[in-house]
Amino acid sequence: MTLDFARRVEVTLRLNGRPRTTVVSPRTTLLDWLRDDVGLTGAKKGCNEGACGTCTVLVDGRRMNGCLTLVVQCEGRAVTTVEGLAADGGELHPVQQAFADHDAFQCGYCTPGQLMSAVACIAEGHATDDASVREWMSGNICRCSAYPQITAAVLAAARGPAVDGPVGDDRADR
Amino acid sequence: MRDFGYARAGTAEAAVETLAGRQTVVIAGGTELLNWFRLGIAAADRVVDIGGLDELRGIARDGDELRIGALATLNEVGEHPLVTQAAGALASACLQAASAQVRNRATIGGNVLQRTRCPYFRAEEPLPWPCNKRDPGSGCTSLAGRHERQAIFGWTRDCVAVQPSDPAVALAMLDARADVLGPAGARTIPMREFHLTQREAAAAGQPMRETRLGPDELITGYRLPVSPGGQAYVKVRERASYEYAIVSAAAAVRLSQNRIAAARVALGSVAQRPWRLAAAEAELPGTPLTREALTPVIERAMADAAPLPQNGFKVTMARNAAVRALLAAGGAS
Repeated sequence: MTLDFARRVEVTLRLNGRPRTTVVSPRTTLLDWLRDDVGLTGAKKGCNEGACGTCTVLVDGRRMNGCLTLVVQCEGRAVTTVEGLAADGGELHPVQQAFADHDAFQCGYCTPGQLMSAVACIAEGHATDDASVREWMSGNICRCSAYPQITAAVLAAARGPAVDGPVGDDRADR
Repeated sequence: MRDFGYARAGTAEAAVETLAGRQTVVIAGGTELLNWFRLGIAAADRVVDIGGLDELRGIARDGDELRIGALATLNEVGEHPLVTQAAGALASACLQAASAQVRNRATIGGNVLQRTRCPYFRAEEPLPWPCNKRDPGSGCTSLAGRHERQAIFGWTRDCVAVQPSDPAVALAMLDARADVLGPAGARTIPMREFHLTQREAAAAGQPMRETRLGPDELITGYRLPVSPGGQAYVKVRERASYEYAIVSAAAAVRLSQNRIAAARVALGSVAQRPWRLAAAEAELPGTPLTREALTPVIERAMADAAPLPQNGFKVTMARNAAVRALLAAGGAS
């Protein structure tokens, strides 16, 4: 059987809890699609090579670099961006609230990626102490160097009862 | 990134079939391939996606062997209880590679096929300087330029780059074998021999070849012998996390009455292949597990190191990493 190589591909996925079908050129990255086609600009295009983490989103609950993921690789998957974190009424996700409470940012450019990575880090069970948070959050660079505050916020959110609940797409599925 | 045609393979055989014309490349996680496309390191008219092949997934014990599917991600390998128990050096190498989010995409199959981090090689096209890997015959800018991160074994004047994979070092140390599928069927390649130094490639008449994997072959998984004893992977780098190794070392040690009964040790980022220290492995049985006793053994096994003018420090650093890995594997640190 010979495979058919397509130049336009239809992809159906869930985005922040809602089903969505799109047609893309195969080279379209998840990051470019989110920002340019969907208009969700929370995920940032920092380095576009997987080095900075500002494009971090959840795919099936796992954190990934949007710049290293093609939309065609997300067929049937659930994508959660920072826009899907807060409740519909605008109430902040506990991790967002913890970042605000701990001043875990300065310029804010890296914050959407930090938040998504933190949500996953906590869900994975890696937010146990300072060293573990620093290791498992190392894929998110903060050039303002708010690392101590970010680490404190992640640990505080991990301790808080509110984040024992579902995260990522499960949360957005409510 | 130039556009390409895209297809999802339904079977590993169907994916391999598409590789015959050399106009098709495989995508699994894509963490390397997309950057190759952006830089012009690779260009392909067609991309075949093997990401949906469940037959290439999974980690399982099979008698005295551990089987790891090519599509297992670095995080899956690094955190799997079977791997942490039976192949601790591999688990540690996986978790010290890249970042948490890259490790959720990068697969253990693709990881060993990553290309060098040599900055002259990694430049965006049009290439501003010669590089024999990018433009064969153009020359090696690193040899006359900066080369403090480059090879201390096996290099030629055509290329001085090192293979940066962490897991490859552990796989070579553990005598893992890669299961490979090609047009003629399945075969295995010992991971000890999977990568080629520049000198080995030149001797084979293909100076820029980097692995024994054929261009029309696909890694489907790995098999590792399960053996008793402690293991460790030591990675030396300029920051504590999310950084490539300057040097690394993987070791496995079995002790008997505080002396080494058997040991295996391999260095990483010192050559274009993981560098097993076979002479040390032959000499180590009977050696006490102390820094003082181990250091001269490793030193002798590295006597053929050929550092470049700027990277003599890597000989010392690699020696120390090997000693530290042996000590840690034996439970002495």
